[in-house]
Amino acid sequence: MNRSTIDLWVGIFVAIGFGAILFLALKVGNLLTLDRSPGYRIEASFENIGGLKLRAAVKAAGVVVGRVERVRLDPKTYDAVVTMRMDSEYQFSKDTIAAINTSGLLGEVYIGLDAGGDPEMLKDGDRITKTQSAVVIEKLISQFLFEKASEGSSKDQGAAQPAPAARAPEGAKAKATEGAKK
Amino acid sequence: MSADVAGALSYWLRRLGGGVTGAIGQLGYSTRFLLAVLWQTPAAFRRIHLTLREVYFAGVLSLVIILMSGLFVGMVLSLQGYETLKRYGADEQLGILVALALVRELGPVIAGLLFASRAGSAITAEIGLMKTTEQLAAMEMMAVNPIARVVAPRFWGGVISMPLLAALFSAFGIFGGYVVGVRLIGIDAGAYWGQMHAGVDFWPDVTNGIIKSFVFGAAVSLIAVFEGFDAKPTAEGVASATTRTVVISSLAILALDFVMTVFMFRGAR
Repeated sequence: MNRSTIDLWVGIFVAIGFGAILFLALKVGNLLTLDRSPGYRIEASFENIGGLKLRAAVKAAGVVVGRVERVRLDPKTYDAVVTMRMDSEYQFSKDTIAAINTSGLLGEVYIGLDAGGDPEMLKDGDRITKTQSAVVIEKLISQFLFEKASEGSSKDQGAAQPAPAARAPEGAKAKATEGAKK
Repeated sequence: MSADVAGALSYWLRRLGGGVTGAIGQLGYSTRFLLAVLWQTPAAFRRIHLTLREVYFAGVLSLVIILMSGLFVGMVLSLQGYETLKRYGADEQLGILVALALVRELGPVIAGLLFASRAGSAITAEIGLMKTTEQLAAMEMMAVNPIARVVAPRFWGGVISMPLLAALFSAFGIFGGYVVGVRLIGIDAGAYWGQMHAGVDFWPDVTNGIIKSFVFGAAVSLIAVFEGFDAKPTAEGVASATTRTVVISSLAILALDFVMTVFMFRGAR
């Protein structure tokens, strides 16, 4: 095999090899989707961010409009301050509400934005003031159990009969399904 | 009786000691060999067509096996992944599963194993046979450094080819997954590509795969040229060197893969 044929084949090989890397970068990975536009940054502080991770999605009406860029703890208020990088294509009013949501029961945690009616728009470096923290399921359950327990003890004191205690689990179940529906 | 025990003990201790010193000696020899190869690299690159020739033999001629294997691995991954994901109603996520598995792990590792057995063994056999037929000694007689003329081009040919082969393996695997997942099973094509696009990051997922394949390429190439250079100059010696190349390269790939994965994905999320 002479040299020019080998050169040709090596050239083809290297070209399709780099083509494959490009395919992995652009089509499979998301090298250019959000990093293309610098966008603008906004902050929001939450009492509790739950399982929110870096690069988590920021969604408005289910559409991804940005990514979580940084999460830190405010040393004074002990709130979590989340920095989001937003796509510059989308603008949001100043009274937008940010909430930490979970898609599905086991799904990923994301920040949901609910646009308000303020004519003034959020600018780079602004902070969203109206936020809603993550729902911690353990807290909900313990709160619910505590309520149940205090209810049960007051009932015992009032009626002084053991029979309702046997029915209590059914009531708890009913309430639990109600809570799940909510 | 006690003399017997002492004799047996000293025999085994001596074997252990000999094994350890031998292994350390081999390690030092191979390290010096690597340094010699790197030292002679500029001299080898001055005649670049030698390296291009090796890219042809190690890379271009490995294309068929790499592409076919990638296609089949992607197809099997898609089929098996679908069966499992379907139980959780997450069959839309098939694209992420196939792409992440291939880009992070299977692409570099399987391409590396195939590369070791397809190209590494050939390199070892070639250099071993050159040594057996005293071609290397003849080169030295003619004041041609065999490391610059024979070893370094083969080493760099492998190092250059391997990342490209691994990327092609992953790309064809993802295409194979698409064929089975979308065309055969009937997952929505938009979900396959869209989920993949959203779930795979160029940094760190794709770049880590490329780094891995680069390291595997260097390891396999070094083992192959070293075993060939170090082979006993007999037919048996070349045969056992070729076998050692495949065995050691495969183990090295899997062990390095584990170590690199520990470091790469430790703090990732």
